[in-house]
Amino acid sequence: MSGWVKVCGLNDIPMLGSRVVDSAQGNIALFRTADDKVFGLHDKCPHKGGPLSQGIVHGDTVTCPLHGWKIGLADGQAVAPDQGCAGRFEVRLEADAVWLKLS
Amino acid sequence: MKKQKLVVVGNGMAGIRAVEELLKLAPDLYDITVFGAEPHGNYNRILLSPVLAGEMTLADIVLNDLDWYKDNGITLHTGKTVVKIDRIGRKVIADDGTEAVYDRLLLATGSLPFILPVPGKELPGVIAYRDIADTETMIAAASSYKHAVVIGAGLLGLEAANGLKLRGMEVTVVHLGDWIMERQLDQASADMLKSSLEAKGLNFLLNKQTEMLLPNSSGRVGAVRFKDGSEIPADLVVMAAGIRPNTALAESAKLYCNRGIVVNDTLQTYDPRIYAVGECVAHRGVAYGLVAPLFEQAKVCANHLAQMGIGRYQGSVTSTKLKVTGVDLFSAGDFMGEQSGKGNVDAIVLHDPSGGVYKKLVVKNDTLVGAVLYGDTADGAWYFQLIKDGQSIREIRDHLMFGQNNVGDAGHAGQSHAAAMPDTAEVCGCNGVCKGAIVKAIKEHGLFSLEDVRKHTKASSSCGSCTGLVEQILASTVGGAYQPAESKNKPVCGCTDHPHGEVRKAIREQHLLTIPDVMRTLGWKTPNGCASCRPALNYYLISTWPGEAKDDPQSRFINERAHANIQKDGTYSVVPRMMGGLTTPDELRAIAAAADKYHVPTVKVTGGQRIDLLGVKKEDLPRMWADLAQAGILSGHAYGKSLRTVKTCVGAEHCRFGTQRSMDMGVKLEKMLLGMWSPHKVKLAVSGCPRNCAEAGIKDVGVIGLESGYELYVAGNGGIKTEVAQFLCKVKSDEEVLEYSAAFLQLYREEGYYLERTCHYIARVGLDHVKAAVVEDSVRRKELHQRLLFALQDYEDPWQQAVEKQAVRREYEVIKLVEVTA
Ligand code: SRM
Ligand SMILES: Cc1cc2nc3c(=O)[nH]c(=O)nc-3n(C[C@H](O)[C@H](O)[C@H](O)COP(=O)(O)OP(=O)(O)OC[C@H]3O[C@@H](n4cnc5c(N)ncnc54)[C@H](O)[C@@H]3O)c2cc1C
Ligand code: SF4
Ligand code: FES
Repeated sequence: MSGWVKVCGLNDIPMLGSRVVDSAQGNIALFRTADDKVFGLHDKCPHKGGPLSQGIVHGDTVTCPLHGWKIGLADGQAVAPDQGCAGRFEVRLEADAVWLKLS
Repeated sequence: MKKQKLVVVGNGMAGIRAVEELLKLAPDLYDITVFGAEPHGNYNRILLSPVLAGEMTLADIVLNDLDWYKDNGITLHTGKTVVKIDRIGRKVIADDGTEAVYDRLLLATGSLPFILPVPGKELPGVIAYRDIADTETMIAAASSYKHAVVIGAGLLGLEAANGLKLRGMEVTVVHLGDWIMERQLDQASADMLKSSLEAKGLNFLLNKQTEMLLPNSSGRVGAVRFKDGSEIPADLVVMAAGIRPNTALAESAKLYCNRGIVVNDTLQTYDPRIYAVGECVAHRGVAYGLVAPLFEQAKVCANHLAQMGIGRYQGSVTSTKLKVTGVDLFSAGDFMGEQSGKGNVDAIVLHDPSGGVYKKLVVKNDTLVGAVLYGDTADGAWYFQLIKDGQSIREIRDHLMFGQNNVGDAGHAGQSHAAAMPDTAEVCGCNGVCKGAIVKAIKEHGLFSLEDVRKHTKASSSCGSCTGLVEQILASTVGGAYQPAESKNKPVCGCTDHPHGEVRKAIREQHLLTIPDVMRTLGWKTPNGCASCRPALNYYLISTWPGEAKDDPQSRFINERAHANIQKDGTYSVVPRMMGGLTTPDELRAIAAAADKYHVPTVKVTGGQRIDLLGVKKEDLPRMWADLAQAGILSGHAYGKSLRTVKTCVGAEHCRFGTQRSMDMGVKLEKMLLGMWSPHKVKLAVSGCPRNCAEAGIKDVGVIGLESGYELYVAGNGGIKTEVAQFLCKVKSDEEVLEYSAAFLQLYREEGYYLERTCHYIARVGLDHVKAAVVEDSVRRKELHQRLLFALQDYEDPWQQAVEKQAVRREYEVIKLVEVTA
């Protein structure tokens, strides 16, 4: 499966929360911020592979549940001084439907 | 909007720290212009001593290089001294005619060395010790001259003398007083310090008053003559006889000065557009000469410059360390016991002249007010914290002198001397960080605070048991510049300046009910907090307003949101409740069946007298819980800042020694407390007799059965640092055990700070405070008990909810992809 796929409605993702999408490329975490932006990242922390989807979302950042690294939702980059990238997926919203681009 | 103009006079440690703090809060508010009389960027003045001693280079001590100013859009005028402030035209004028207009002005002109008014003071070869230029002069002198005389045996003088000696000069330290460093030390410790410096080759002349400096044949300084007529040779004279706040510029602008530029608690001078920070300032009559308080000033000042208007600077307790390699000296607070006013002042002293150790602790009315440590400064940071917190030391007074390691087990196998540790020694066991890595990060990134070290190295950021060691390393690397945070007033996190106590108070007094309400009312700096403050706020809300404030799952750590413990591989563990450690064949069968059905790889008996099913997939959790619920099994909350376990022994039900029915009592307690959220986890134990097989002595609430009733203990902890529980009181009946335990736990729930275990809570408020509310005041005890019961009345088992409620179930469901062509 590749290209844009519709995955769920905006309201299927809790505000300041996330959902996990099961894909051929592994689990993808979809995050929803307080201002209803939606971001997609590999559900794998660059530190030791923690499931980012299970973290606490704040601003445009998620804190990994295992050891507290902060990962930027827009680019998947760890917030300094930590270094690493979780790999991001393009996401767009269309009339409250969430679309995800798979490569 | 047009940017406002901020002009800073003084490109030193306090002024630039204020600018840094300001940029963090309001990066775009001001056009910033900085004037600095020295021809450099901002450097770490403190480290001039190691530079002089040849242990560091000038390049090592730069804090902000010129690129930093450029990158932050700051106009920097180096080598220009501001000579005039035109308060009406709102501009400053430098010696070369450069002008800058301001909306806000920040004065950070530091201080000037005090130069003795003796004849010959202007001869070549006579200098002070303040900046890079002085340091370079000394280094140059050391390579071509022999005799150095340092006037003044304070911190600065001794560091100068030590550096010059290491560079090969013959050094004599001249001092007016009876003993050296009389502002920091008492005579006993000063004499020990003097001997060890003499062993390093320094000479001392005490009780000597300098009369004049005499020139040699080439016009350079050649000798020092004293009032008693004696003379000693001197090719270099370093005046280190004290500092004076540099207020000339402020005075010329008619700003009110009185031994410093007078500022209020927001660091504002008498002209509201003009702020001042640093050594040039007098705050509540005190001018500080160490960086830690200046950094606190900078932080508060920046907050007001950023127009956030919160935070006051209320003065600081200071501590110092002498930065002479091989000499361990620490002093803090009122170590002469003179400044603390009336009261019962005692000095606890340990003096071992041959062992080279001297320690003096000054205690006033059960609080520590000052400390001097010589030879062994390992506990400096701990004593300093006790001084700053002003916490009662009555309970630990008899072993206070023996240090923190003696107060419970610090969990570091006696390794407490950071200075003696090799660079390869592991400091933080959780994150595998060794001492060398910490020292390197401190030096490379110019770190001053524990928070910064945690961020950069991760050391002490997990279980925290090595915090003391990391603090010591920080203190020995940056000298007195390290100041432990005041634990009482530590902000909740970087999102706010408000400490926990203030946040709790605001929630209670202003009846705040949601996290956004709290953030708005208290001016949170981030739009929706962070992973530290949100869980704290959520707890404060639901515990203060039970039934009114709504729980916010998105502000809970994953374990509490998923009602199971996340594992390193992303699976979960499930711990069913077994009240009092009791179970039945039916329960065991249900657990066994669930373990089979969901392919649980590990089944383990926990340290909490129950069974753990480890390695369950998140999607399987609700179905597994539904199966367990069939057998009447409840969630064990092994994941929560909540009631965990009530351990019991077999007790009078079976045991030949049992005096009370401990299993019964344990089950009653566990039933009463079901569903109790708390600042941190809460564990109880009930033993049937003083043999105490349930280990009640290390529990948050421990109950020990006796013939005549029960003994209640509180605030024990068996975790990171073992704390023996403290005796609360004796009671007669089971009902009383329930009432007293509930009252204590409710008090903790209402007053505890998030992530504070009961032992930390009691260390902060004191056992007397708890006894007054729970033991001595029966009305309050009953009220507390009732409030707890009220908070717990609508409790529903979270596993059951996850099975029944669609909205909650969504947490556990993974989205499967359905292809749709775009
Ligand atoms: C399962 C268990 C170990 C076991 O196999 O026996 C356990 C497992 C964990 N403990 Fe524990 N503790 C367990 C009994 C204990 C005990 C013994 C006890 O309760 O009698 C202690 C010392 C007693 C005490 O707390 O006073 C204990 C002191 C800690 C601490 C240190 C707490 C402290 O205040 O110093 C932590 C860290 C924390 O809470 O921040 C911790 C944290 C943890 C965490 C939750 C770590 C985490 O955050 O993920 C572990 C979860 C492991 C996992 O992957 O599921 N665990 N832990 C025990 C569960 C007991 C239960 O039935 O609920
Ligand atoms: C050798 C040495 C060792 C020290 N060791 C320690 C230690 O171990 N621990 C500790 O806590 N503290 C120590 N200190 C003290 C610490 O360095 C000072 O407390 C701190 O630097 C003061 O900061 P400040 O910004 O107020 O002043 P400074 O850092 O002195 O900065 C003031 C700056 O303003 C400039 N200036 C003044 N007037 C004007 C003007 N009119 N126009 C333009 N520029 C102007 C000055 O040139 C100077 O660069 C030490 C100091 C020295 C000299
Ligand atoms: S179960 Fe407890 S002691 Fe064991 S590794 Fe985990 S936190 Fe450490
Ligand atoms: S795996 Fe994410 S912080 Fe360690």
